[in-house]
Amino acid sequence: MAKLLMKGNEAIAEAAIRAGCRCFFGYPITPQNQIPEYMSKRMPQVGGTFLQAESEVSAINMVYGASGAGARVMTSSSGPGVSLKQEGISYLAGAQLPCVIVNIMRGGPGLGSIQPSQGDYYQATRGGGHGDYRLPVLAPSSVGEAVELTRKAFDLADKYRTPVIVLGDGMIGQMMEPVELPDDGESAREPESKPWAARGWDGSSPRAIINSLYIDPSVLEQHNLALQRKFAEIEKAETSFASERVEDADLVIAAYGTMARIARSAIRMARAEGLKVGMIRPVTLWPFPSEPFAQAARTAKAFLTVEMSAGQMVDDVRLAVAGRKPVHFYGRTGGMVPTVRDVLSRIKEAV
Amino acid sequence: MAVVFEKSRSLTDEILTYCPGCTHGIIHRLVAEAIDDLGAQSSTIGVAPVGCAVFAYNFFAVDMMQAAHGRAPAVATGIKRALPDRIVFTYQGDGDLASIGMAEIMHAAARGEKITTIFVNNAIYGMTGGQMAPTTLVGQVTTTSPYGRKEELCGKPIRMSEIIAQMDGTAYAARVSVHDPRHVMEAKKAIRRAFEAQRGGEGFAMVEVLSTCPTNWGMTPIEALKWVATDMIPYYPLGVYKDSSKGAA
Repeated sequence: MAKLLMKGNEAIAEAAIRAGCRCFFGYPITPQNQIPEYMSKRMPQVGGTFLQAESEVSAINMVYGASGAGARVMTSSSGPGVSLKQEGISYLAGAQLPCVIVNIMRGGPGLGSIQPSQGDYYQATRGGGHGDYRLPVLAPSSVGEAVELTRKAFDLADKYRTPVIVLGDGMIGQMMEPVELPDDGESAREPESKPWAARGWDGSSPRAIINSLYIDPSVLEQHNLALQRKFAEIEKAETSFASERVEDADLVIAAYGTMARIARSAIRMARAEGLKVGMIRPVTLWPFPSEPFAQAARTAKAFLTVEMSAGQMVDDVRLAVAGRKPVHFYGRTGGMVPTVRDVLSRIKEAV
Repeated sequence: MAVVFEKSRSLTDEILTYCPGCTHGIIHRLVAEAIDDLGAQSSTIGVAPVGCAVFAYNFFAVDMMQAAHGRAPAVATGIKRALPDRIVFTYQGDGDLASIGMAEIMHAAARGEKITTIFVNNAIYGMTGGQMAPTTLVGQVTTTSPYGRKEELCGKPIRMSEIIAQMDGTAYAARVSVHDPRHVMEAKKAIRRAFEAQRGGEGFAMVEVLSTCPTNWGMTPIEALKWVATDMIPYYPLGVYKDSSKGAA
């Protein structure tokens, strides 16, 4: 497989197409515009559908329709646009419709900025819309990993009949890196059959009804219990993380996405100075990899969470560490990106 | 013995959840007959709105999706783009289509989306208990216009058929009523034509059906039918506002 130099956003779009995505509905917003632009060029070449919707609200509801009709479908956006999609995401979760939603995060709140951020962690990992639901959230820390995780997102979506979020920060979306794309032969597999999809009723099986309304409270509770069982299954089977030099570490850093790469450089410098520092990098933000943090709490003296936010993932780290060791936090907001030197000095304060 | 009357195949045996005297039932029947006439039951996917017709997925014997409030045209667009050879329709009320879903309906029409929209206009929010709708008449009393709709506060009611007919992507737009048998027969023709326009790939098609809400209007069913004729039709003139097969363009 030849390596290609690709921008993160374009690599995500191509990975989606190679994962069998044939419907894309989106709306322009920086810093993810290369995804819809790329899709508008590629979809007609592969016999797929690209449609620029009149709004984020419409885009996510087009996703609902296409997914309900059995298509592999994706949309992408950034913070403010993802906020607009939340109603539709809740309906997708309630109706158990598979789809992939890419959020290339920018600074917030409000219109915020167009610079990279990780401020949408809460929104992504807590469901984001109304009602009791969670969505798998995959957080790539390189363009190559973005390709892998986009593919995985479609598989998880179909396997569990759930929307899946690919959560990248603006740097992942905008930077160029060499990537290996799975060739078409490998990935042109048909999505598994979807007997639940609404594609026209021939009378041989029950009618397909795509719906999230259960007016009888006892029935809605049963529906919620079934959803919770599904979420528990996802937590058990799909949690993913990478740990680096944690075994002998006095200080364990928690970081994801671009922030993990900056932390890695800081750890290298700290190690060169004799400081025992390691890192746990969550790849799935939900389900959150609590177990490796709980384990590390037995040997490490402290934790340091670094984020491009005012401190969001640090809550999950604290839940996992459960008060056994101190959990420090360092973050920048508004599109400001912590430097390696910043992180190194925080490491020195924390050990 | 010859069978002279049958239930439409595209309706289920479920008991309708509409109030006595409401004309949703007639409109459901006309939609089902149109689907039957086209032989499209097995290739049709319907989209239910939020509003009184939220349970439409229980009543139409076709594959159905339930959409968020106002978003039915976007959901229908997603279905139609994924499955272009299917017949896709939305069934929406006035709050759903002309208020919260105004962007979705306008852009579906602008794109010439090959779907059929049945727009049930009863000048009030029924499901939520009789609040003012974008189509509530000036002076009409509702639970959120207790002194009557005031033009200076809320403007005048929106005439959707006239607006939709202005869009280049619209193949067919008509306003009909079901307050008496003659008008029911005309409504039937219009609804059938709106499905034919979709099957012929002509563009977006919408039929606005003036409907009753005796419960929230505070009228008997008979008074409500009369009110459609005396109060609604003068403001909402019936007729075909656009028909691409008539070569007007």
